[in-house]
Amino acid sequence: MSTTTSTAPGVGRDDLARLAEHWAEPRSLRAWFTTVDHKKIGRRYLVTAAFFFVLAGLSALVMRTQLARPESGVVSPQEYNQIFTMHGTAMIFLFATPMLFGFGNFLVPLMIGSRDMAFPRLNAFGYWVFLFAGLFMWASLPFGAAPNNGWFAYAPLNQVQHNPGLHMDVYALGLLFLGISTTSGAINFIVTALKLRAPGMSLNRVPLFVWAIVATAFMVVFALPALNADNTMLFLDRRFGTHFFDPSGGGNVLLWQHLFWIFGHPDVYIIVLSALGIVSAVLPAFTRRGVVAYSLIVLSIVAIAIISFGVWVHHMFATGLPQLSYSFFSAASTVITIPSGIQIFAWLATMLLGRLVLRVPLLFVIGFIVTFVLGGLTGAMFAVTAFDQQVTDSYFVVAHFHYVLIGGAVFPMLAGIYYWLPKITGRMYHEGLGRWAFWLTFAGMHVTFFPMHLTGLFGMPRRVYTYRSEPGWDGWNLVSTVGSYLLALGLLLVLVGVVHALRRGRPAPADPWEGDSLEWSTASPPEPYNFPVIPRVHSLHPAWDARTAESTTTGATAERVLSDGRRTLFTSELDARTERAVDMPESSFKPLVLAGALLVFFTAMLLAAYPVAVVAALVVAATIAAWLWPPRRPDEELGVAS
Amino acid sequence: MKTTAQTISSPARRQRRPRSVLPLLYGPLLLAGCSGGSPSALSPAGTGAGRVSGLWWLLFWVSMAVFAEVMALLAWALVFRRGTARVRHGQPLRFVTIAGAGLPFVILVAVYGVGLRDLAALGAGPGRDAPTVEVTGHKWWWEVRYAGASGATANEIHIPVGERVRVRLRTDDVLHSFWVPQLMPKLDLIAGETRETWLEARRGGRYRGQCAEYCGTQHAHMAFLVVAEPRADFDAWLARLDAPARAPRTEAERRGQQTFVQGTCAACHTVRGTGAQGQVGPDLSNAGSRWSIGAGAVPNDAGHLGGWIANSQTVKPGNAMPPQPVDADRLPDLITYLRSLE
Repeated sequence: MSTTTSTAPGVGRDDLARLAEHWAEPRSLRAWFTTVDHKKIGRRYLVTAAFFFVLAGLSALVMRTQLARPESGVVSPQEYNQIFTMHGTAMIFLFATPMLFGFGNFLVPLMIGSRDMAFPRLNAFGYWVFLFAGLFMWASLPFGAAPNNGWFAYAPLNQVQHNPGLHMDVYALGLLFLGISTTSGAINFIVTALKLRAPGMSLNRVPLFVWAIVATAFMVVFALPALNADNTMLFLDRRFGTHFFDPSGGGNVLLWQHLFWIFGHPDVYIIVLSALGIVSAVLPAFTRRGVVAYSLIVLSIVAIAIISFGVWVHHMFATGLPQLSYSFFSAASTVITIPSGIQIFAWLATMLLGRLVLRVPLLFVIGFIVTFVLGGLTGAMFAVTAFDQQVTDSYFVVAHFHYVLIGGAVFPMLAGIYYWLPKITGRMYHEGLGRWAFWLTFAGMHVTFFPMHLTGLFGMPRRVYTYRSEPGWDGWNLVSTVGSYLLALGLLLVLVGVVHALRRGRPAPADPWEGDSLEWSTASPPEPYNFPVIPRVHSLHPAWDARTAESTTTGATAERVLSDGRRTLFTSELDARTERAVDMPESSFKPLVLAGALLVFFTAMLLAAYPVAVVAALVVAATIAAWLWPPRRPDEELGVAS
Repeated sequence: MKTTAQTISSPARRQRRPRSVLPLLYGPLLLAGCSGGSPSALSPAGTGAGRVSGLWWLLFWVSMAVFAEVMALLAWALVFRRGTARVRHGQPLRFVTIAGAGLPFVILVAVYGVGLRDLAALGAGPGRDAPTVEVTGHKWWWEVRYAGASGATANEIHIPVGERVRVRLRTDDVLHSFWVPQLMPKLDLIAGETRETWLEARRGGRYRGQCAEYCGTQHAHMAFLVVAEPRADFDAWLARLDAPARAPRTEAERRGQQTFVQGTCAACHTVRGTGAQGQVGPDLSNAGSRWSIGAGAVPNDAGHLGGWIANSQTVKPGNAMPPQPVDADRLPDLITYLRSLE
């Protein structure tokens, strides 16, 4: 695998051989189903999320084709409603979050100088659940049973008397199923970043990307229960006749919205914050400077994570709540733009103080700033209640959140893909192809979504499958549709670029960009054990720090080589002092079996095959018991000096 | 179709242009605002929408200034800070704090204050004796009733010009949202609850409104029209809404009425003063004078009406009205009758 590693001083050839042996996985189909390597799992997350992105993107093209002209009949209203629901649901739940989890899985251990995630088997389990839940939801589309109520699935339209069929059962069960993956992934990130950092990486030396991932992981842990509760109640309403959201039975329809947005608004920041983390990671290499105002950025990440839980009502400004609550939530929604502004100005300052190297990742970062600032400005407009009441649920809001999510998440992700492609695949991408991809996606994005600000102001509501020609919306809609094809072409070129790199790309050196964080001190692609020696960190930019470079090689001591087993190092939470070495689990079938049993369980619940569901639940319980059964080998202490 | 388009677009032509010293900067917006036919929030004709339009231009100019500042910094970096030399020292914390937090905070506090003022203005409803219209959302049409009138109409709200009219909103099924961009920002119709908003048109005209909250299959075709007319016209219209429907005058109309009352139509629809007292569908007592069929789905003319009666599912798939088994020789009379109801 390795292309560049040479034997480092302080690490013997036999150490390397032992490391390779301990961390090796059998070269067979078996390894494919049992691997717990965070790099492979991270790659799978990236590829699978990209696959769902393509499906959701094709849905978007169908929508734009339908809306190109007034009263066209490309799809029926029933089909359109399923397609726009799947587009939103998949983009948020099956693409954005998993894609960032993919980056996180691949990069967090490498950036903090660890050999794996804290819970590698849980990590593998999380991936399988994500894959199965995604397929579970998409599989409903060919049957005409896909969710059809918008990704927000408001009550009481989600109730069985208004929405018969399996549509919303697929939604409720699919998201509950997927939530298992997201939650386990989030817990894994938190523990990994707190306990597995290389010695010396105190909290003030943690890369901003890792800060962002950890903050979002905390947000997932606190936000997702609201969505899970919502979906559990929805399923009980639909299947077992409870009345949580049915006003005729004493239920409250706004309860759905409150719980949904208590999750949903933090979720927007979950997506954007981690993507902003990518920007902070990419910038130093192309500005030849560490991102300035590190402490302010960390503060702003933490502030966003906290304030985001106090702004959900701004999605409900048109529901007629009391004015006092409007004023409070308007203030909170206004305030949250400030930490985002701090980050923007920190990056601008970084660029102004550094020297720009205009490669494709930096182009995407610049595209991100232009687009995200526009999306942020309209976002601040939505915090003003009176204005929100005029444009919410119109195409203006569609324009706004695509500026935020494409500008603030997809562009950073694309920057990240080009930036880390050499590390992930060991191959360099084609610069020319990358530039074409950038200009097409950038132009396509703005041609598609800028006119939507206008159609929204002109009174076009969102989520309509067609419109009559007389309101005068047709011209701008046609422009949007043309733009969407440009955007799709640009994204296709990204895909072509990745395939081209894999097939034809020249081999990547360990550090093609002179990046500042630890992943660049590993081979491209990294060895299964990541680091021959667990590095010792002396600064915020370890890969630029000569002392770190020395400590990864010459200063190697036995406890940091750890070649006597599949081990990595535990350190203390705040200042990353060495605590002890821990054994990491071998590859295992259990994650796949558990995820598979859950798939059977959820499918059986969907189809009301309750006896099958009971059997599947028993298999789930048995697998968990087998998984958690204490290991036979004694837990030997290594006697590492702290 | 053409006539409908023109009547709806007429108020937009007489819109007030946004005041500005630098129209070039927002050229596309201005152009678009002028394009006739839009129920555009940028050409407000009502007190509520007028306030929000003022707020919009404030937000727009503030945003343009911030965006220009960011773009200038970015352009400076792109033009003057290219190269490969490594320079890394000095943390411009003060710049980031002032430009990224201090300035925005001042701007946002000011904008927030203006926003609260406008919110309070929108919240100040009409006085006690203001005319009240009760609007009920159905999948997918609007039932419209007036306090003091026995009849009901659908998808068409008449209001007197220059007066604040209370609008009481309820929904019969799922959530809908009541939105007339040129008159008033939207308010949701919440299942199981009643909400109140108001409309005040500063000048006469016909203003398009539409459901803005996703409400299922035919959310797209759930439009309505607000007709603002002089008080006398409004009073006359309201009086007609309180009276029985116009009686048939010709033989054809009489035959049509017979078909309507004795056929399946009467099971769902009402025509005041006849035996047709159905409550499921819209009251059709003034069907002939309405601006559209199917809540804005198609224009209200004889051809579309015939097609709608025969099989409305091809026009508006999923709506509650099944295809009607009306004999081909009776259909023309039925159409004539319905079109005579004004």
